[in-house]
Amino acid sequence: MTKINSKIPNGPVSEKWLNYKAGCKLVNPSNKRKLDIIVVGTGLAGASAAASLSELGYKVKAFCYQDSPRRAHSIAAQGGINAAKNYQNDGDSVYRLFYDTVKGGDYRAREANVYRLAEVSNNIIDQCVAQGVPFARDYGGLLDNRSFGGAQVSRTFYARGQTGQQLLLGAYSALSRQVALGGVELFTRRDMLDVVLVDGKARGIIVRNLKTGEIEKHSAHAVVLATGGYGNVFYLSTNAMGSNISPAWQAYKKGAFFGNPCFTQIHPTCIPVHGTYQSKLTLMSESLRNDGRIWVPKNMEAVEKIRKKEINAQDIPEEERDYYLERRYPAFGNLVPRDVASRAAKERCDAGYGVNQEGLAVYLDFKDAINRLGKDVVEARYGNLFQMYEKIVDENPYQTPMMIYPAVHYTMGGVWVDYELMTSIPGLYCLGEANFSDHGANRLGASALMQGLADGYFVLPYTIGNYLASEIHTPRFKTDMPEFEKAAQDVNNRINTLMEIKGTQTVDSLHKKLGHIMWEYCGMARNEEGLKLGIKKIQDLKAEFWKDVKIPETTDIFNQELEKANRVADFIELGELMMRDALNRKESCGGHFREESQTEDGEAKRNDADFAYVAAWEYKGENAEPELHKEDLKFEVVELVTRNYK
Amino acid sequence: MNLTLKIWRQKDSKTKGNFETYQINDISPDCSFLEMLDQLNEKLISEQKDPVAFSRGDCGVSFDHDCREGICGMCGMFINGRAHGPDLGVTTCQLHMRKFKDGDTIVVEPWRAKPFPIIKDLVVDRTAFDKIIQAGGYVSVNTGGVPDANAIPVPKNRADEAMDAAACIGCGACVATCKNASAMLFVAAKVSQLALLPQGAVEAKERAIKMVRKMDELGFGNCTNTGACEVECPKEVSISHIARLNREFFLSVLSS
Repeated sequence: MTKINSKIPNGPVSEKWLNYKAGCKLVNPSNKRKLDIIVVGTGLAGASAAASLSELGYKVKAFCYQDSPRRAHSIAAQGGINAAKNYQNDGDSVYRLFYDTVKGGDYRAREANVYRLAEVSNNIIDQCVAQGVPFARDYGGLLDNRSFGGAQVSRTFYARGQTGQQLLLGAYSALSRQVALGGVELFTRRDMLDVVLVDGKARGIIVRNLKTGEIEKHSAHAVVLATGGYGNVFYLSTNAMGSNISPAWQAYKKGAFFGNPCFTQIHPTCIPVHGTYQSKLTLMSESLRNDGRIWVPKNMEAVEKIRKKEINAQDIPEEERDYYLERRYPAFGNLVPRDVASRAAKERCDAGYGVNQEGLAVYLDFKDAINRLGKDVVEARYGNLFQMYEKIVDENPYQTPMMIYPAVHYTMGGVWVDYELMTSIPGLYCLGEANFSDHGANRLGASALMQGLADGYFVLPYTIGNYLASEIHTPRFKTDMPEFEKAAQDVNNRINTLMEIKGTQTVDSLHKKLGHIMWEYCGMARNEEGLKLGIKKIQDLKAEFWKDVKIPETTDIFNQELEKANRVADFIELGELMMRDALNRKESCGGHFREESQTEDGEAKRNDADFAYVAAWEYKGENAEPELHKEDLKFEVVELVTRNYK
Repeated sequence: MNLTLKIWRQKDSKTKGNFETYQINDISPDCSFLEMLDQLNEKLISEQKDPVAFSRGDCGVSFDHDCREGICGMCGMFINGRAHGPDLGVTTCQLHMRKFKDGDTIVVEPWRAKPFPIIKDLVVDRTAFDKIIQAGGYVSVNTGGVPDANAIPVPKNRADEAMDAAACIGCGACVATCKNASAMLFVAAKVSQLALLPQGAVEAKERAIKMVRKMDELGFGNCTNTGACEVECPKEVSISHIARLNREFFLSVLSS
């Protein structure tokens, strides 16, 4: 396994980051301005990285596909951001946050990375407050906290139900300041379609200008991908419509390993699916589980009456309700981690107790919270979420319990990176949800925002210097080098091939087919037979796509169908890799549930002896199977035990 | 539901646009407005004979959208003469077809304002908003070297009011609705948020003047207090923030 070097620093886990910072190379200010860095993506990780790198003096080019960096999908995160401040005096610490994250991830994350994440979490809160992020406060004027799934302390900072928006606008404002100061050049409405390697190092990218259709070449001394997750491989997910895998996928095809692609998070509290026209699923923040209680009826007769609309949820007396999370997991109750809550909902619905027409919904009830706290307090905490629910479902959740069901939300897998967040391509970095590194097989609530900002504000600005220190003699690149010409030509060829298919099926209809295959065979429960069949079906779909997709209009204009086609083509290939990874991992852990590997009472059964490793996949060519490399996970601090939330 | 749609079609910023009429049937009242447009596009693209020799009328309608949950600010269109349509406090993606009646004719247009040039169909260029923020919509702090978060207490009511202002999603409905195409509500939301907080107070005056000057320079109009922006704002940002902006602005002018 010589190809994997995670570059974890020496020393006890609590001193690794200190040791790293003490020993890493620095770049002096007069050299920094001679070095260019490309940052793709302007969500929490990308915007915070671009701003921080520019503040240090590097010349940054920032790219996003949206019309403004402020629109990246980090903006939709609702509930909050974790930090080990221990402002509540309830026993929190850096170690505790580290421990909860490793345990929550079902022991499939790298200890050293997670410890660093917990360490810098406190700096993030300080930074965001200094930027003017209006976090929720108590009457004394100090910051308020709430609790979140998988933790027994209150460590989550929040700004109503719009925490992601406020943190992103903070990073966006820092980025905007650097644009005004001239340190960052902004490129909006650009899709990254390839990464350019010169002598084995990442030296630039090829993008399509979505407004004009022009293929552009951009060069730099290092390239940073902060391009988010790939939940849209399932078609229906809580991701934004434009969220895509393409930049990461092109990096994979150029030699960057892809880590744990099968680790996807199904979020337990989303608004259930309705209708075939549906384009996306809407999340209801996990914070609702602080005060909402999840249940289904105990008796099948009640379920049937509900479905026929003969009775309402409120008509079912207390003793006939099955608060199944509280029943199965008395210690954590409604606040078990997401994977556990999702599977428990699936278990009840599979047993026939689902409460909507389709039998795919459970109740999230605020009756007790309203009685205990009063409607005003509940409204102050969750008002915007309740409003959002009412707008979509046309029911008032203050009176009728919400109906919820699990939905694809987050991808723990991603581009493999070492401790420095560098991919297996020198000079190519990957941050935030796009990398695989910190959440193991399951991410805890309010940890995505923490990781994105940790990577961008406090990790990459140190680690990238360690690489760029040896690039100070490399002059700025011209994009007329043959490597750039070839990459641009490849992109053009692919686009022309797509346009010339002139088939009969729309991009969306093919994407929906992909989504069905993924959900059926690689969703909340997976098994060997299904995955093998799924791989076959995806290969067939790939052939169908390249034979029959219909893309209207031309390439030299704003063409949204072409944008989608480029993305779906990559999603199809990713889907196959996810299935291969799921097939290889013959254990259940976190969000990955293999039906062959469960305990008698249906809990996930891990296999540490055989699978305590990161599966890092290497691309071997269009028609070859990818090669698996294993990064063994060594746990020096946390003891591997069966996760127990009972 | 069966509907008649009159939609603005425009190939690019240079070509003249026009309304085209479409018939669409069997729309569920539970689907969102954008999902209704998705269905129209699926129909148009599937039926289109020659994908290259297109006319504007028979290829899919381009419109901006991303999160589809009312927070990214990417979507936005004029629907029956109202920014984001007839419902209050929602973005276009949160508007549901149950707000319309079977047999309705719905007129759909892009934002119309000089600083927001049309890119195609219903898509406009809102880069001007980014430029306004770049002019001063931030607190000048670098990463690192900041005090502990709880070293800066903020009274709860001020923090809450700052949050009300910070809820702005930058969609541009205020500009599109304003008869003067003024961006005052957008500018005020940011100025007010930061002026209310001790972290932002240091640069408050300078910020107000820089952002207002940039707004003028980019061709946005002036505010004449019609209050239309507040009515159409999907996040219900109050025009009281414009009053605070004016105060900051005049203090700034007087002291400079």
